[in-house]
Amino acid sequence: MGFIRRHLLSLVAIIVLIYLFIPVAVVGVLSFNKPASDYNTQWNQFSLDAWTNICGVPAVCDSFMVSIRIALISTLVATTLGTMIAIALVRYRFRGRQSTNLLIFLPISTPDVVMGASLLALFLNLRFPLGQTTVIIAHIMFTISFVVVAVKARLQGMDPSLEEAARDLYASPAATVRYVTFPLVAPGIAGAALLGFALSFDDFIISFFNAGTTVTFPIYIWGAAQRGIPVQVNALATLVFLIALGIVLIAQFVAWRRRKALNAEMFEQLAARQEKRAPITMDTLSRS
Amino acid sequence: MASVLATTTNTAPAQGARRRSRTAYFLLLPGMGWLALFFAVPFITLFVTSLQVPVPGTSGQYMAAFDLANYPEALSYYSEQFIRSLVYAGIATILALIIAYPLAYFIAFRGGQWKGLLLVLVIAPTFASFLLRTYAWRTILADEGPITSFLNALSVLPQDRILNTGLAVIAGLTYNFLPFMILPLFAALDRIDPRLIEASGDLYSHPATTFRKVVWPLSLPGVVAGTLLTFIPAFGDYINAQLLGSTGDRMIGNAIQINFIQFRDYPIAAALSIMVMALILVIVFFYIRRAGTEELV
Repeated sequence: MGFIRRHLLSLVAIIVLIYLFIPVAVVGVLSFNKPASDYNTQWNQFSLDAWTNICGVPAVCDSFMVSIRIALISTLVATTLGTMIAIALVRYRFRGRQSTNLLIFLPISTPDVVMGASLLALFLNLRFPLGQTTVIIAHIMFTISFVVVAVKARLQGMDPSLEEAARDLYASPAATVRYVTFPLVAPGIAGAALLGFALSFDDFIISFFNAGTTVTFPIYIWGAAQRGIPVQVNALATLVFLIALGIVLIAQFVAWRRRKALNAEMFEQLAARQEKRAPITMDTLSRS
Repeated sequence: MASVLATTTNTAPAQGARRRSRTAYFLLLPGMGWLALFFAVPFITLFVTSLQVPVPGTSGQYMAAFDLANYPEALSYYSEQFIRSLVYAGIATILALIIAYPLAYFIAFRGGQWKGLLLVLVIAPTFASFLLRTYAWRTILADEGPITSFLNALSVLPQDRILNTGLAVIAGLTYNFLPFMILPLFAALDRIDPRLIEASGDLYSHPATTFRKVVWPLSLPGVVAGTLLTFIPAFGDYINAQLLGSTGDRMIGNAIQINFIQFRDYPIAAALSIMVMALILVIVFFYIRRAGTEELV
């Protein structure tokens, strides 16, 4: 009883983490299933069919590639536009700041169904043909705000005196951006791009409203849900999950190693300074 | 969302402000132009659409008018879905807060060097398809499945099942928007100086009192942000209701979707969307009056 009380918080935290992963695990496990009917919701028999023949249902892979293409284009544009806005917000003072903040926040806090519907209303009224272009326009629109938020957080965490130092050393504004600001913000931009890609790739609601006859991966899944989702869909989704997880874990590991190396360096410098001052004792000898 | 991840340290120097603000507008223009054109303007067309009337003798054809009657009509058709959305999203938000708080607290105060990794684990599930994860709840909550069987053995389920009832919809909503609750909560909790909690303990206050008088008030910005970011998408969602509920559990998002895409009754769908947006703007402005716009993004 005492053990449980002392570790109650850790226990609850672990349970919540497990809870977050249960549906992911179900998706993964069912990718190894040989369903008894068209509906792949119940475990029947182990099979590697979906993995060895991942494009076995051509429509699945086609829609997958459509989603990848849309996500790449919209991420590229949204990351560029969003990073520019973030720099303006953090490094410059200008009129209309409040309305800028508001216009960036609103897409984050508007339900997808309303954004999808209003954009469709625009395209219908303009008689603009629906398709891949309209989906990309929509994805750029809702991704920009998330990029701004992510890059802005990174910029704010940055020490502005580094840029000042560059200026003091007569670096041109362009050189300051190229050699100081950009390398420091790059991890934030990369993170924002990854987030943007994930949001675009997984978006269903806004795409569904504005896609016309274009079929993205989520739109394919939605349509297939009525008549049974092919097992290949589970395999592809699991693959995407593992790749994305791998990327962020590697990023975490690199950041952690860099932090550790930095700490070690600082420690060495401190120790070197100390050794110069402090007389050599048995303690320092046995350490070295 | 990540507004909460950084404190505002705006250090733009005042001198040369005019020259610099021109650079700022240059940086802002393309992105803000995009948002104005494809986020703000569509609301104007949406509003115009909500006032249109059918072209006589056709179906799916509408012409410009100023017919405010679409609003009461939409409301009278779909008031039930409106209220259900408020109730489902409300319950899901409270459940998400209760589930998210211990984990956010754990990561902030016990995470140590694993903080970054734990946060990655919180967002990692969203890398797996939203639709498939929602669909997976059909397997987890299946009628013959362990959860439903267990709860039936205790006979606590009003309809003897979870799937295709409101319970499944609420479960799906709670699960799907949980990361939006955890992240702002973590950001607020992470900013609390742990020494405050120690001090409270040193002064012999009971852990529960420490929580009530120190931790909870200091975490309120995160609670408000998390509640906002969970409630709004849950309120507008129609995927969970469609995949996990029965036809009697449909929400306002379903009504908008079906009117826009299947019935092609654009004015009614637009009127519904405008009403949803009005409600959300009220919530957002209430939030801004408390926190200001700098905390938003």
